[in-house]
Formats: sequence, C-alpha cells, structure tokens
Amino acid sequence: MTRRLALVLLSGLLLPGSLAHAQDPPIEQGVRIGITYTPGLRPGMLVLGGPHTELLDSARAILQRDLDYSDHFEIIALPSSDDLVLGITATDDAGAPVDDVYVNYSLYSALGADYAVAVLPGADSLEHVVAVYDVKGESERRRVRLAAMDPLSQEFRMAVHRASDVVVEAVTGVPGIAATRLLFISRGSLYRIDADGANQIQVSQPGATAFSSTWHPDGTRAVYSELEQGWGKLILHDFISGTGRVIPGTEEQLNISPTISPDGGMVAFTRIAEEANEVYRYNLARDCCLERLTVGRFSDNLSPTFSPDGRQIAFVTTRAGGTQIYVMSADGTGQELFAPFDYGVTGNSNAPDWSPDGINITFHRVVAGSPQIFIMETRSRVVQQLSSAGRNEDPTWAPDGRHLAFISGRTGRRQVWVIDVETGRVRQLTRVGEARLPAWSPRIRE
Amino acid sequence: MKAKLVAALGIAAVVVAAACGGQPEEVAPQPDPDSIARAEQDRLDSIARAQAIQDSIRRAQAEQERISREREEAARREAAITAEVRQMLAGVINFEFDKSNVREGHDTSVLQQKVSILQANSALRLEIAGHCDERGSDEYNMALGMRRANAAKQWLVDHGISESRLTVRSMGEERPTAMGSNEDAWEQNRRDEFAITAGGDRLVMPSGM
Repeated sequence: MTRRLALVLLSGLLLPGSLAHAQDPPIEQGVRIGITYTPGLRPGMLVLGGPHTELLDSARAILQRDLDYSDHFEIIALPSSDDLVLGITATDDAGAPVDDVYVNYSLYSALGADYAVAVLPGADSLEHVVAVYDVKGESERRRVRLAAMDPLSQEFRMAVHRASDVVVEAVTGVPGIAATRLLFISRGSLYRIDADGANQIQVSQPGATAFSSTWHPDGTRAVYSELEQGWGKLILHDFISGTGRVIPGTEEQLNISPTISPDGGMVAFTRIAEEANEVYRYNLARDCCLERLTVGRFSDNLSPTFSPDGRQIAFVTTRAGGTQIYVMSADGTGQELFAPFDYGVTGNSNAPDWSPDGINITFHRVVAGSPQIFIMETRSRVVQQLSSAGRNEDPTWAPDGRHLAFISGRTGRRQVWVIDVETGRVRQLTRVGEARLPAWSPRIRE
Repeated sequence: MKAKLVAALGIAAVVVAAACGGQPEEVAPQPDPDSIARAEQDRLDSIARAQAIQDSIRRAQAEQERISREREEAARREAAITAEVRQMLAGVINFEFDKSNVREGHDTSVLQQKVSILQANSALRLEIAGHCDERGSDEYNMALGMRRANAAKQWLVDHGISESRLTVRSMGEERPTAMGSNEDAWEQNRRDEFAITAGGDRLVMPSGM
C-alpha cells in the first residue's frame, strides 16, 4: 500500500516506519478477506527517483509495484512532482562512474523509510544498477545488476522482477515472488500471466479444450489436461520451444489434475474412469512406469499434491462420505486423514495444494453452502479459514509460502485473486471473461 | 374305247399328280355360314385377349403403385416411430446436489422406458454422459459426473440390459445446458444424457407403449 506523506511533512508530523525486524511480522489468526492489513508494523520502503529514460522509468515502476505486491513493506510514495526527486547519480556529468554517491539517509529516515531502492544507470550502457540502501544503518546493503535491454521486450520485465526479488531477499532474507507466473483456464483455453498481471498469453492450442494444469519445478515446462469428448490426455508443454507432447498412458480415459514432484521426476494425477476414480503416477524422469496409487473400491480418490520433499502426497477422497483431505506416502501406502473434520458437520473439502516450504496445505472447504479458502498447518493440523464472503476456491501457493492465488466470484465473474496470508491483503490478478483452475509457478530462473 | 382310256389315263394322271404332291390346285374356300361365324368369333377372341393383356398390365401397374405407396407409407411410419423412440431415448434424468443415486419416481420411469426400448431394439447401443452443475470443485465434478453416468448404467443393467450395450463418460460441469446461477439452472444441469452409439437407424416402438 502507498501512503501520501506531503501533508504529513507540511504539518511537521512524522510517521516513522517500523523498526521491527522485517523477518518476523506477526501472524493474524482468523484474517478475513476485505479487512485491510495491519499498518505500521512493516519496514518502510522508499523507491527513489532518478534520471529519466524509458528503461529506468519502466524499471522503477515495475520495481515499486513488485515491492508493493510482496506485502513485506510499507511503500512510501513521494508526491508525484518530480521536482522532489531525491536522485542519486552514480555517474558524474561526463557519464563517468562516481564512487562516493551522496545518499540522503536522514531525509529518507524522516520520511519513514527503513530501506531505499534506486534504479541507476550503470558504468556502461550495457548494464544498470539496482541499489538497496539500509537507511537506519546508513549503508548500501546490496547492488543488483540489471542488463540494459529493450524495455518493450519480453525479457525486460522478468529481468526487473528478478532484481525486485533480490531486493526483497536483501532486506528480509527471503527472495520475493515477482519473477513468477501463473497458469489459468479461461473459456476453455490455458493462459499464462506474469505475477503482476502483465504478459497474458495463450498456451493451449486454439480449438483445444484445456483443464487443470501444474508447473514443472524448472519453471520452463508445465503439464495440463486437454479434454476431448469426455476423455482427457495430459500434455507436457515446453515454454521455450512452444511445443507439447502427450504423456504416455494418458491418451485414453479422462486424466486430470496433474501435479509434479519437486524434483521433477514424477507426475501424479487423477484418472476418471468407469471402473474407478483414482490417483495415478507416471515416472517423468524415466518416461515410463504408469502406476495406480489408490484403490478406492467404493470411494473416489483425486486431486493429488506432492509435499516439497516429494515423500508424501495429499489428496481428496470420498471414503468418509463427502470429500475430505487425506495424505499418503508417495508410493500410495500409509493413507490416512490429513485435514480434520467433523463427520456430517464439516463441509466438503477439495483442491489441496502443499506449500513449497512444507509448512501448510491450502484447500477450499464448503461453509454455509459456499467454498472458502482454508489453510492447515501440516504439523499441528490446525485449520484456519481465510475467506468468508462469496465463492472462493481452487487455491495455489506462491513459492514464498505466504501468498496464494485462488478463484473468487466476488466481482460477479470468477477471476484469479491473490491473498497474502500474513496480512490478509488481497488484489485482483485477472480481468478476463471467466477464470478457473490457477497454478502458481516456481521462481522463473534465467 | 380309246376315249374311255384317255379319260381314264387323264384321271389317273390327275390322281397321280395329286398323289405325288405337285403344286396342288388352290381350291377356293367355299364360304359357308359356320366358318364366318368362327372367323368372327376368332376376331372377337383376339380383341378380348388383347384387352385382357392390357388389363393385366394395368392391374400389375396398379399393384406396383399400391405396393410402392404402401412401402412409402410404411417407411414414413417407421421414420416417425424411429424419431419418436429417439425422442424417448433422449430423455434425461436428473440428480440432487452432490448426489449420484437414481431417484425413484420420474427418473426411474424414464429409465424403465429406455429398458423397454433397448429390449425391443437389440442392435441399439447407448452412451451415458454424466453432468454436474457449476457448484462444487471443478475437478471433483468430473468424478461426480462419472458416478452419475455409472449409476444410470447400473440401473439399466440391473433391469436386464447387457453391460456391453452401454458406455459411460463424464463431462463434469463443462457442458451446462442451462445458463444462470440459480436453482432452476443448477437442477437442469445435474443430469445424465443418453446418446445412441449404434443401431439407431431404425427403431421400433416397444409393445405396450
């Protein structure tokens, strides 16, 4: 969130940013969507002005948005007038690099910043610099190189996102999630979009009907289900080559809800068939060995999700009546209850996703007739409801284990929304005809 | 004496000539009343025969036309019956929210009708497609749709239809027939649909319907 400080300055009142360490912000129990974040408890972050070129201006704008979306900071925005630019030039008038740069720490501190970030022209025209300053410590914390490239190119935005993630890591110790993407379905086609809502492209073939999808841990591939006449095959799609191939064994029957193990070796999925609806897995690394993991007899088993150590799979089963979340070893043994419920009282639970840090699973559970987003701590099995109004479903974790994307119908049409579990802040990600079944990518590496 | 001999020889010559098959002298038919009547009769007979031939040709043509009219009529009736039976086969059954059990009453009578049709038409094969309303998890609805299709198939099998004549598939919530987010649309969308996969060109109405 941004905060206008002009009036504050004029009145002489200062609203300092938090002095609390950014690495352990408080967790609110029972946070509801729509209730705003807890102010004043996050480090203040100031994105500084500087020389105006297309590239630098774009980078600054993308960077500021990324830092805002990370929900780690109180973003301090200066009044729009560029006369108050607090620029730091790292080059002198002749364009030569200047080593001792004047950084106005006391002013930034007075404005409430704990950290400041500047995007500066670099020593040569091939590279720029993103500099992170520790305001309270009055020192430069980190320098990140940003290759100079066409600001209109596809690669530019992702390069800035990577720099933003390093800024977050420099301050908090944990990298940000700006350099990530999401897959989602709209009107039967699979789309990919950057985590800040830019660069939406169609992934599935025109004319084909796509369904649930999942990312490969390398961030360059994905698996999704392509439906036809009541059957569904799993396609392994490569974003770099733009081509896809069918995963053997999935040409027949209705195969959906794929999930890939964290080492990329296995894909688990649901097969819907006359005989039974069961969880299967296929060895992607060895390209062989399709096997069934669950034997339902009179119940259905579906929607698997791997734990980050690859040793367990959480899934949905109807064996207890309704649908609830169970867990098993990755080879199908040791199936047991995971998310506790009261038989006959608790609503149906579906669409589990295991957080990348292993600490939580998220799922949706019906409450008073509408699905709502829940998370459960995997150790303590404590369940927490995150949303309460409208229909909210199909959650998927970001790589930081604290942001979730999910589908909400609150605007009248189902769209992808993002929530920060720690602060409760929500933002709308897609503005399309109708969105469903989102999947959040790992960090996209170079 | 000589004259008699010549005459005798002459007669004998004629007799011999006649007996030897030489060109017989044409003997002009002596008209007599019997042969006139016979000729008249022959003439009338041949007219009558010609007439009879014409009549039988016309009768045969008329018969052919009658047969082909009857065939067309029968084909129209068959097509109308086939269309009617197809209509009956296309009848859907519906389900309660999040349930896949076949309900007693209207739904079972719809299925019973299909049983009769299947029994009367031995070449008929059906595919049952299960559908869901938009609520519920998108992925779970694929499983629920399959359970709904299976439930109808099981009911038909339990009532005497061979398993090999029925296939099932699930369309989840992907193919709603009613748009809208209200109870009415949802009820319509929670359904099994029945499609003919073989033997549907000519269908007979089961007896008693």
